[in-house]
Formats: sequence, structure tokens, C-alpha cells
Amino acid sequence: MDQAIAEVAKAANPTVKPIISFRNISKRWGSAVGVDNVSLDIMPGEFFALLGPSGCGKTTLLRMLAGLEVPTEGHIFIDGQDMGDIPPNRRAVNMVFQSYAVFPHMSVADNVAYGLKIDGVPQPERDRRVQEALDLVQLGHLAARMPDQLSGGQRQRVALSRALVKKPKVLLLDEPLSALDAKLREAMRFELSQLQQKVGITFIMVTHDQTEALAIACRVAVMNKGSIAQLGTPSDLYEFPSSRFVADFIGSVNMFEGKLIDDEPDEAIVACPELDPYRVQVPHAVLGQEMSSVWVAIRPEKMNLHKDSDAPPSVPESPAAHNVAKGEIKDVSYLGDISIYHVLLANGRLIRISRPNRSRFDQDNFSVGEKVWVSWVGSSPVVLQS
Amino acid sequence: MAQKRAPLEYNRMWQMRLWLLAVFFFLYAPLVALIAFSFNDSKRNTVWRGFTLNYYQQLFTDQALLIAFANSLTIALMATVISLVIGALAAVLLWRYRFVGKVAVEGAFTLPIVVPEICMGVAMLLFFTRVVPWPNNLIWPLSLGSITIAHVSFCFPFVALVVGARLASFNKEQEEAARDLGANDWQAFRDVLLPHMRPALIAGGLLAFTLSLDDFVITFFTSGPDTITFPVKVYSMLRFSVTPEVNAASTMLILLTIVLMIIMMVMQSRAQKK
Repeated sequence: MDQAIAEVAKAANPTVKPIISFRNISKRWGSAVGVDNVSLDIMPGEFFALLGPSGCGKTTLLRMLAGLEVPTEGHIFIDGQDMGDIPPNRRAVNMVFQSYAVFPHMSVADNVAYGLKIDGVPQPERDRRVQEALDLVQLGHLAARMPDQLSGGQRQRVALSRALVKKPKVLLLDEPLSALDAKLREAMRFELSQLQQKVGITFIMVTHDQTEALAIACRVAVMNKGSIAQLGTPSDLYEFPSSRFVADFIGSVNMFEGKLIDDEPDEAIVACPELDPYRVQVPHAVLGQEMSSVWVAIRPEKMNLHKDSDAPPSVPESPAAHNVAKGEIKDVSYLGDISIYHVLLANGRLIRISRPNRSRFDQDNFSVGEKVWVSWVGSSPVVLQS
Repeated sequence: MAQKRAPLEYNRMWQMRLWLLAVFFFLYAPLVALIAFSFNDSKRNTVWRGFTLNYYQQLFTDQALLIAFANSLTIALMATVISLVIGALAAVLLWRYRFVGKVAVEGAFTLPIVVPEICMGVAMLLFFTRVVPWPNNLIWPLSLGSITIAHVSFCFPFVALVVGARLASFNKEQEEAARDLGANDWQAFRDVLLPHMRPALIAGGLLAFTLSLDDFVITFFTSGPDTITFPVKVYSMLRFSVTPEVNAASTMLILLTIVLMIIMMVMQSRAQKK
């Protein structure tokens, strides 16, 4: 595992050395395991996201990097230097905390100046850098304000500016957008990636929100139970999940358990009891044992709805009676841009299908109670073996 | 005519107003009488015979009373400073660390608050005569040491309580942020935790000061012939008769307490504004 991850990172750019390396990092509290033997390389200039459900160890990993937690085992390298016993105040990384942790008794400018003051940066240079850092996050005009006179979004900018003013090699962000309201969150996503490109340093973000990670990060590590479940670009994770956990955690998915009944170099057939009598066909090998248990995962937007008819609809490049299912629409959620159809299959399984409302009358095409055919092309399903 | 009373406007019920009046009367009438009679031109505290400042003049020329007053202030100051340090450290210790027997330690800290003062007084008396005999030939203010120690023992739990309550609302990420920005442990404590504790330190300090200043029971058992405090002195004056001089002395004490309370309020509202 360790080797594979290093190779993926190297393949991205073989001449550049990683700015952050985790080597076999574990964190245990008594018998409770927080992080379990994680190895990971993060390249300079990357916007990297650690994504996972609560308790998966992503925040612990970030805090160990900042020096706020001590790993039970393993080594952390920042720019090639082993962090070992180096305390948080002597590490070239700075953090934006989930609560922002803006000092309430200091003005905005004093908050930003704090790190420089501690480092003994002389007055004129300090003032210049504070102003620069505040302008970077568009807070230059609020330098004299106290934190309790700021909105949540502005407090976050103070925290960002306070961390960036120290010119860290890596900026750490712990759930940076979770406390903001929906509209502001979307705006901040864009602004964070703009900011990262402007300052050009590595950003590492911890989040439980998969849309956030997919929208901002260059690469994402999905974590589960203390380990990395999959590492890759956002589209890798969404289109080629390597396990049921990742397929289910990223986006929404319809999952069917089945048996691999035929596995050829250019075609595989899976029989799923929930889709019986129809079967799933994919135009590539699965490389599994025949008759072994597999899971077929299909994204809701990659399934099609057809009006009821006697014969199943024909699916391009699929043999007859493959990649189709019959069902009845039980519920429709109209979300404006898309509609989500809950379809009850003949075998009692409820699935989700989403359709874009491309015209202003599309939502009237299918209605609750209607009998429908469901289909998908052979390249849509992902066959998972774990 | 009269507007209808809103459901929670209890202060507009006549029964409630009567009750309030009664409370204020029984609380403040004795104090008002005490202050008024300190200006009474009579040896007896019963009939009004005209206005005078004689007793205040007597007060400021009564050597023994002035010494007692100076003793009280000195003890209160020393006890406050020591209680603040011990109490704040105890609160931080209990807040920050988890250790075996933490609940027991917490209970032990609050013991001086619940133990009857008379028991504390007797215990202190025995302690300073039998266990650790406090020499009574020390120079002032060291001679006040035993009283100060006794006062600290019942003042610091109040400081610890107030500071502990304040610490419960501290966001530990702020301290981590300071560490992350380059502060060492001491700098993070000084720049982040201490400012957060400030209002509690002011409140706890004044609480300790007033508690020490007007303590009678415990002081009575620990004071010697040369270490009389103001409340003990007032008590000894009372044994002869309730003279207007006692009234004047008490009025001064009330005045001092009120001034201290005002200072505390101003400091606290300033700390909150910051």
C-alpha cells in the first residue's frame, strides 16, 4: 500500500520531492485506534483534501502534522525534515482551526500580527506584512475592528490571514467551510482555490463534505477507520471508486450485490438477484474469480428512464435483456435543475435515478405511480470486489 | 384606564411590590440607621440629638483602631494576592489535566467553603498553637502571617471556583492557535489563557479581599493581642457599649466595601469590552 501511494505521487511529477510525507503513521489512545499505519506523500503546490466520515482519523492526521498530537508510531517529514519531537511552534506549517480560534481580546490587526510579534519581526516590516496579509483576504479596511464586531465569514478570513502572514510551507485547514451558511460556503470554495493559486503554497484541507473536497482539491485521500481507503483525483474517486465504501461515501450510488458468472478479457456478466431476470454486462474484464460475490455500483445520473412497453428497451452495445430493469416510480423530488426519481424495482429494491430538467417541461415527463423501464449503458456500472 | 399586565410583568402586581418593599426595608433600614446614628451628637444610640462629626474625628485619632484597620487592610491585601495565585493555579490544574483522584482534590478544595467557620477557627487555633507554633515576636507584617494563612485557606477556594467557571468557556483551539503561530507554552498562557481569565481574576480577587476584610470568626481565633483586626476591634468595643464611634467605624467599612465593588464593576465592564 505504502509503495503504491508513493508511486502514484511520483508519477504525478517524478522530479519534485514531496513537501509532506507521512511514513507508517499510527495514533492510538489505549486500545482505540485513531490513525492506522498511514503513508502519504503530498506534493508542493497541491490543494490536497483529507475526506472521510467523523472519527475516520482525518483531523488527527492533520493535528499530528501541526504538532498538536504526537504519533504513536511512524515519521512525519515536512520538506524532507523529520518532525520527530519538534513542537508546533517550530514547524513550517500553520493552521486555520475549525472554530477559527481568533483571539477575542485582540483587534484584527493584532491577531494577524501575533505570530510575527512572537517571532520578533521588527515593527515596520511587521506592519507591512500584516497589511499585505489582510489585503490578501480583503480585510484591509477592518484592521482596527475587534473580533466580536465581525461576521463568521470575516472571522474566517482573519484566521486565514493570520496563518498566511507567517509564510508557511503548508497551510492546514480544519473543516474550513463547515460553519458557514450554504451560499457563503459556495463562494468561499471558489475563493479558497483562488487564494491557493495566488499564494502558491500547499493547502491541506480536512473535510467530511464530499462536494467540498471534489470542488476544491487537486487530489483527495478518502479515509475510513484510520486508513486511507482510496487516493486520487476527484474524478478518479467518483468514476472509479475502488471499494463499496468509497463508492457509497462519494456522491450517491445504487449498489446491487451479485455473482460474477462470466469474466472474459473484453466482457463480464454479473447476475444480481435484485435485478433478476435481467443481468449486468460490462465491456471489460473484472479480473475476479468466477461465481465470486461482487457489487455493482451505478450512479443515479447514469441511469435512464423509459416509458412502459412490453419489451425492455434496447441498450446500445449491450446484449438483449442486459443492463435493464423494470419498476414503478414511487416518489419524485423536484430540485429545479434536476429531478430525483425513486423507482421501486420488480424485486422490491428502491433505487434513485436523477434526470436533468433540460427544458422547462421535462419534469412532467414521468409522474408518481407510472410503470417504467430503467436502463444504463455497459460502461456505467462499476464492479467492485470489496 | 390601567393597561393590562403582560404575563411576565410580575413587578406590576401590588403583592409583588409589597414584598419588594419589605425586603428592601429589612435589608437596608438597619444599615441606614447605623449610618445615621454615626452622626448623632449623643453618647447613646437611641435618641437623635443633633448632627456631629465628632465620632469620625475620634475615629481618626484612636490609635488602636487605626492599627486594627491597617492590619485588616494588610492581611486582606496579602491574602488576596496569595489566594489569587493559588486559586487560579488550582483552577487551571483541575481544568487542564485528568488524573487519578481529581474528584477528591476538587472536593478538598471546596471543603473550606462548607466547613462551619467556627470549626475552621478552632482548627486554625490548634494548628498555630500546637502543630506549627507561630512565633509572636515577629516584626510587622510577618506577625500577621498566621491570620493571613488562615484567610488564604478559606479565600482561595472561592477564587478557584470563579476562575474554574470562567475556564469552562475557554476554546482550547485558541491556545493551540497560539502554539501553532509560534508561541511556546508560557507565551500561549500569557497571551491567550490569562486574558481570558482576567474578568474571573478581578471578580475572584475582590471576593477574596472582601471576605478577608470582614472575617470575624476565624480571625478571632487566630489573632493575638498585638494582631487585632478591624472586625475584632469593633467587637471588643461593643463589649462596653454600642457607641456612635462603633457606628462611625462600621460606616467607614461599608464605604470601603462599596468603593471596592464599584472599582470591580468598572474593571469588569472594561475587561468585557476588550
